[in-house]
Amino acid sequence: MTVMTDQQEPEYNYDIVRRFTLATVFWCIVGLLLGVLIASQLAFPDLNIEPYFNFGRLRPVHTSAVIFAFCGNALFATSYYVVQRTCGVRLWNDKLANFTFWGYQLFIVMAATGYILGVNQTKEYAEPEWYADIWLTIVWVSYLLVYLMTCIKRKEPHLYVANWFYLSFIVTVAVVHVANNISIPVDIVGAKSYSAFAGVQSAMIQWWYGHNAVGFFLTSGFLGMMYYFVPKQAERPIYSYRLSIIHFWSLIFIYIWAGPHHLHYTALPDWAQTLGMTFSIMLWMPSWGGMVNGVMTLSGAWHKLREDPILQFMIISLAFYGMATFEGPLMAIRSVNSLSHYTDWTIGHVHSAALGWNGFITFGALYYMVPKLWGQTRMYSTKLISLHLWIATIGIVFYITAMWVSGIMQGLMWRTYDEMGFLQYSFVESVMAMKPFYIIRAMGGGLYLTGALIMTYNIWRTIRGDVNVKEFGSDQTQTQSPQTQGAMA
Amino acid sequence: MSLLDKHEKLERNSLLLLGCTILVILIGGLVEIVPLFRMETVIESVEGMRPYTPLELVGQNIYMRENCSVCHSQQIRPLRDEVVRYGHYSLAAESMYDHPFQWGSKRTGPDLARVGGKYSDEWHIRHLIEPRDMIPESVMPSYGFLMKRGATLHDLKYHLRALRTVGVPYTDDMIENATRDARIQATGEDRVDTSGLIERYGEKVNARDFDGQPNMVSEMDALIAYLQVLGTFIDFDAAKDVEGGAQ
Repeated sequence: MTVMTDQQEPEYNYDIVRRFTLATVFWCIVGLLLGVLIASQLAFPDLNIEPYFNFGRLRPVHTSAVIFAFCGNALFATSYYVVQRTCGVRLWNDKLANFTFWGYQLFIVMAATGYILGVNQTKEYAEPEWYADIWLTIVWVSYLLVYLMTCIKRKEPHLYVANWFYLSFIVTVAVVHVANNISIPVDIVGAKSYSAFAGVQSAMIQWWYGHNAVGFFLTSGFLGMMYYFVPKQAERPIYSYRLSIIHFWSLIFIYIWAGPHHLHYTALPDWAQTLGMTFSIMLWMPSWGGMVNGVMTLSGAWHKLREDPILQFMIISLAFYGMATFEGPLMAIRSVNSLSHYTDWTIGHVHSAALGWNGFITFGALYYMVPKLWGQTRMYSTKLISLHLWIATIGIVFYITAMWVSGIMQGLMWRTYDEMGFLQYSFVESVMAMKPFYIIRAMGGGLYLTGALIMTYNIWRTIRGDVNVKEFGSDQTQTQSPQTQGAMA
Repeated sequence: MSLLDKHEKLERNSLLLLGCTILVILIGGLVEIVPLFRMETVIESVEGMRPYTPLELVGQNIYMRENCSVCHSQQIRPLRDEVVRYGHYSLAAESMYDHPFQWGSKRTGPDLARVGGKYSDEWHIRHLIEPRDMIPESVMPSYGFLMKRGATLHDLKYHLRALRTVGVPYTDDMIENATRDARIQATGEDRVDTSGLIERYGEKVNARDFDGQPNMVSEMDALIAYLQVLGTFIDFDAAKDVEGGAQ
């Protein structure tokens, strides 16, 4: 990794990383809490409070809080940390970096308040209206500028692979965000706008955007995270440099094509559906290239996996990444999609990736970064990290198995005929059959939230400078404190 | 090895790396999206499609505001069970005036692409106020507040104008009369003269007091007007006769 030769460590801008880190933890809890709430609303409709807290209005608050607020802040925090560490220079322009922090939080608040008040473009994962979209564009271009300028003024001759992934994530999100949100406001002082595109065209552009929000926001950016934190935590170099080159270029090239698999059997022309399906299947290989490169980084250090729960978080996240990127191509095959589309299977698929891959790699990165950012030698408690790991893993298993069963059951019930050749089940019978699985799903989400609360406590104690005496002994605390003070200064 | 050596150039030049990245990510999008704007190859023109009336448009905006499309799709796939359950599969033309499309991606509730005319206005009112009164096992939230809220009609002119900018064929006449047409449609022919509305939007326009509250145009009026027109523009029985005759 980065080698700091003969000079002292430059004065990194850790302030901004600390801020984004705290925001990550905060939005993580908010997003998960909302997830548990809306999952419960599906099992118990009395929990809807019309009009502001109905499922329809809260659902984008949950998805935006998790994707854009939790994952987004995690991407900001880690990318600003990684780019400084791997380039060997302080982050470019403190003021602009600060602007990206406050600007981004403001965007999240603008988006969420809009949904609750009924301001919504109804494009999934692109719900904010035109005013928030323009604001996000300004923030995002500032982000690109801060990141790119830091890369340009680096001291290291090579740009480390993590930065390629972060850069491609930032620039591609900018492109798809702007294109998908072209619209005409009804009135310059009103929130409402009409999309420039209609029907088939708007569907294609929306899912070109939507799938690349997954591909670049939740994959490319998080692979950047993986490429820095896994080798760091394992204290091993990345497994294969060549593999990283090949899978980087093939991943970003192929991902862009996969959008139409969200539109199988719709009014979208068949040729576009077929292209989407083909490229989705091809995508399996570069995805697994990333997984292999991450997991194999442990070669020669497998024993560390036994006792280090932070490394366990990272490796389990890669396992979920591998699973989700196998399931994705499978569901993109038209005949499979005819069963899975419109059902909870999709929801389960998304959550195995979001909870397993994005969540776990973020938790791993947070546990790695937090002590360093606040000048401590280690997290307050390793046992609590382990507890978080197991509770969250069980939570995910509850969640995704419930959604697999309910999704496939739903799909099968809708297409079952009786011996007379009539449809066997009315729609509401499929709704009734879902209820137990919706309850199990909410419980799974509750467990995952519990894990995140344990993490929050652990991080809070670490920031305070506490060390769990039962685990590490009291004298260790004393030997650590001068070191701590040194790092703080 | 030589290829890897060449890659070093990119690793040493951030701007070059960024430029190449942009090129690589643009290809797929351009190939898939640009041809779709040759409309005639994508959307077969069918008889009966018309832009929404102002009242239906207000209804669609309420549908979008409440984010109904996260639970209800409006896209029937050409699969046997879907056609039996919901009706003729959806055609591209049927969403050509939806800015943006309302196809959805999840069916927590049933597809609504052809819900128009399937239930009475009275059923819709009671179902929206308390879904479990009509279907005890339903998990849908209640939307009783729509009865009490007046629909916003005064700025409809600007809505139609914005939609015309993005390609919906609203005429000057339609834009000028937008607010009036909405009121008239929610009142019905037994109390007002609907000839102007019918002249602009066609014989089949539903004009009646949808919510049963004659003294106001509520959001319930608008939403039901929208729901009752979904999937009804094209006369598929008539189309079938034409197809059969041609062969």
